[in-house]
Amino acid sequence: MHSIDLAVTPLRELNQSLHGSSEAAEWEIVNPKGSHAVAVGVDDALDIHVRGNVGYYCGGMNKQGSITIHGSAGPGVGENMMSGRIVVKGDASQYAGATGCGGLLVIEGNASSRCGISMKGIDIVVGGNIGHMSAFMAQAGNLVVLGDAGDALGDSIYEAQLFVRGSVKSLGADCVRKDLRPEHIELLTGLLEQAGMTGVRPDEFSRYGSARQLYNFDVDNFDAY
Amino acid sequence: MEPELGSLLSDMLITMTDRGPDSAGIAVYGSSDPDRSKIVVQSFTPDADFGALEEALGGDCVLNVKDSHAVIELPESELEQTRGLIETDFSSIRIISAGSVIEIYKEVGLPKDVVKRFDIASMHGTHGIGHTRMATESAVTTLGAHPFSTALDQCLVHNGSLSNHNKLRRELVREGMTFETENDSEVAAAYLTSRMAHGMNLAEALESGLQALDGFYTFVVGTRSGFGVLRDPIACKPAVLAETDRYVAFGSEYRALAVLPGIDGAKVWEPEPATVYFWER
Repeated sequence: MHSIDLAVTPLRELNQSLHGSSEAAEWEIVNPKGSHAVAVGVDDALDIHVRGNVGYYCGGMNKQGSITIHGSAGPGVGENMMSGRIVVKGDASQYAGATGCGGLLVIEGNASSRCGISMKGIDIVVGGNIGHMSAFMAQAGNLVVLGDAGDALGDSIYEAQLFVRGSVKSLGADCVRKDLRPEHIELLTGLLEQAGMTGVRPDEFSRYGSARQLYNFDVDNFDAY
Repeated sequence: MEPELGSLLSDMLITMTDRGPDSAGIAVYGSSDPDRSKIVVQSFTPDADFGALEEALGGDCVLNVKDSHAVIELPESELEQTRGLIETDFSSIRIISAGSVIEIYKEVGLPKDVVKRFDIASMHGTHGIGHTRMATESAVTTLGAHPFSTALDQCLVHNGSLSNHNKLRRELVREGMTFETENDSEVAAAYLTSRMAHGMNLAEALESGLQALDGFYTFVVGTRSGFGVLRDPIACKPAVLAETDRYVAFGSEYRALAVLPGIDGAKVWEPEPATVYFWER
């Protein structure tokens, strides 16, 4: 186990150590105090525990790494992650998991606005609520929300799937409610289990996705081009 | 915590330096003497101006020079008359703030240098606001720094950019308002002043700002008894609050709050878009 104290070690040194290390698999990072870009660009199967609150872009571009934030995360946690797993024990700020291509992002508390914006294959599980404009232009992957969703959920959505257990304040353009079929129950069961969310039944969720009216060419809209 | 206010605000502001290192400003709500008021003025030639101003002031007024600013303490009954005197007879002196408790100081430069010039760390107070600026819409000048005074004992700081500020400024000039800068945030401050002059209270003025102000903003407004927050409906500009039994604190990000005592036990949360919040002491 490597332990790094951000009160004494510069951030760049931490991230360079993480990038160069495949022999030390376990890392503990203390005193982040809202620092930006903690553990970005991890490219190994490291097990990283951050003790405290982090600022912008924690775990961004993560590949293979397992990053647990024992606190809350600022904007852009797990932005553009490719694979691996990030768990936020507290809340997450704006655009959590933005443009994420793969892996699993778990936010045990609430996520703020634009959660999963432009997601491209990432799975995101939120234990609490999500803010407005979440899953805006979401392309692929799954967003699972145990609480409520804010305004304009899934605006201009492509092929991502959204599952919300609570209420949805409003749906964005071209986002519609869809049937929850057996294959979705199966998918949800797996995601909830991976995220460690217990006491929740998959059939309590509603599914939302694209009506596919906005991104397919329609000859009636020809004059608009 | 009141004796530590200036020191805590200074630490918070210096922590935020990398968000905007052009200019910095601070509003401190200090102690109040009954029937006494304060005017803070600024000059680019303080040595010449403040001496002349001191001579022109009435016998009950006390002027203390602080670098490029000066604090005038005076009887409340002489506040309007003195403001008029400065505006008409001292064209090179600008009024930065006025009220019974507020003092605003602002300058170009790094937060650490600005707070040092005005010795902010030694100031006591009930509450305060700090702002560090990265100019996007207008020049880096002393008068373009925040906070902006909006009324007696009130001020505004802004993170964002307004897209309709030229149109709004023209409308406000037609109403008779004057502007020191091309700054968009000064227009937001003047808009609030104008609405309040038309009978609204600050909360109503902020509500109507949701319709009138086009662009990005997280505003923090200081009042005699507390502060308020308003984010635009899109709410891209960050805002974090921390609440404990002892204090309420606002920051653009958690790093600014991390320097506060007892922050680990605080309730930390983000304000909702298009919602006016106020905290009163």
